[in-house]
Amino acid sequence: MARIIVVTSGKGGVGKTTTSAAIAMGLAKKGHKTAVIDFDVGLRNLDLIMGCERRVVYDFVNVINGEASLNQALIRDKNCDQLYILPASQTRDKDALTQEGVGKILNDLKKDFKYIVCDSPAGIEKGAHLAMYFADDAFIVTNPEVSSVRDSDRMLGILASKSRRAEQNEEPIKEYLLLTRYSPERVKLGEMLSVDDVQEILSLHLLGVIPESKSVLNASNSGVPVILDEKSDAGQAYSDIIARYLGEDKPHRFIDEKKGLFGKFFGGK
Amino acid sequence: MSTDSQQSTNYTPSLEFKSSTFSVPVLVLASNDVTDIEQQLQDKVRLAPEFFRNSPLVFDLEELNKHDLDIDIDQLTKIIRSLDLLPIGIRGGNTVQNKRALELGIPVHSGHTGAAPVRPKKEKPVTAKEETVTASKLEPQTEIITSTLITQPIRSGQRIYAKGDLIVLAQVSAGAEIMAEGNIHVYGSLRGRALAGVQGNTEARIFCSDLQAELISIAGTYKLSEDLNEATHNNPVQIYLQNNTLIIKDTV
Repeated sequence: MARIIVVTSGKGGVGKTTTSAAIAMGLAKKGHKTAVIDFDVGLRNLDLIMGCERRVVYDFVNVINGEASLNQALIRDKNCDQLYILPASQTRDKDALTQEGVGKILNDLKKDFKYIVCDSPAGIEKGAHLAMYFADDAFIVTNPEVSSVRDSDRMLGILASKSRRAEQNEEPIKEYLLLTRYSPERVKLGEMLSVDDVQEILSLHLLGVIPESKSVLNASNSGVPVILDEKSDAGQAYSDIIARYLGEDKPHRFIDEKKGLFGKFFGGK
Repeated sequence: MSTDSQQSTNYTPSLEFKSSTFSVPVLVLASNDVTDIEQQLQDKVRLAPEFFRNSPLVFDLEELNKHDLDIDIDQLTKIIRSLDLLPIGIRGGNTVQNKRALELGIPVHSGHTGAAPVRPKKEKPVTAKEETVTASKLEPQTEIITSTLITQPIRSGQRIYAKGDLIVLAQVSAGAEIMAEGNIHVYGSLRGRALAGVQGNTEARIFCSDLQAELISIAGTYKLSEDLNEATHNNPVQIYLQNNTLIIKDTV
């Protein structure tokens, strides 16, 4: 059964698109046929991060409007043949998305794909609403600072009340916390919220911590999802996240200053 | 939401029905002397002409009908309109009055006691017994309906309104708002706003195990987080009203 994953946050600039690209690639690398959709109509970026911007012919809005078929618009990733990208339109705005249109595309994709990753735009308006509406799982991307945490909390409320699963009284969306741009040094100096602080406010299952890392910017600039950079700490952190999401029991890393090879368990003090 | 799927994709609804509550002045009549009414209403309007100009108004005849005092609806409506008030409803009228009001385009509102005149007033022991039986039968049922249990965290931006008591087994995040006409119990951290007794029940209380609220209020008397003591963190407390002051006290 296909799962629809929304990567969302409320706040902008926390790493949603980076995360979407990384987890989509991670799932595909594990052999699961995966599609990743850019819901940020008007400010499309996913194609850049995935390094396929020069191969975009048709986009999400074209498919919704019936101007192109889904197969015409899906771009196969050059690094992994299990991964497909559905880019957003840059020339339209979020109003071009309709609930019926999005629902139909997701239904069609579900027949073919194991995982469908929806990269949500920032905010809580139409684009973000449609990105999360049909989701089965939600990855909440949060930075360790108060405004990001507050916005994530708001988004969790919307997931719990305005999603399809909520409206139809089905089992609620499974919510996972991804703490990005984490810097143990700054936490120690008191400049950043700690994992515990964020957990206390959001009370959410922690899927993983992604450390602040130069490799993320490098990866974005070169159009290769950071998860493929196996030497980088951020790449490893995303690999751990995929493993945990798929049910493996991996200890949390990158929470403490010394990145222990022995790995410290979360919460262990 | 997708119930209109048989429509073309560019179908946009031109209307929708929503439910709203309005606050409208009610003119409660204690006399059926229209000359007196006109005079006194005029005096009232003169006190605040801007406030009353084109203001909607519901007139209430319940008191009059209790004392079997009839009133001419046409005349009453004329007086109200002549003072630039807009009658938008009649309440507590009898069948004849309601009918006439409808003919004049004035909707009939059923007051909370509107059904009372219909019920035979004085009927004896036998029915009284029957009534107590139904009452006791209904009581537990209403209680079940009016107490609300929430097991999921209440997130920032969410609002919960409970007709009776509200019991929350999870946290209430900063930026969330919980309201109850009765008591509020929160067993997680309370970081948002909690308002008990919102319909004016001064006996309502708030119980919580970890008070970090942005605002707490009982029957409209409130305290902001600034006024709260850090000592309430992770310390079970109850909040109640005493002489119009909020008292925060450990639950013993």
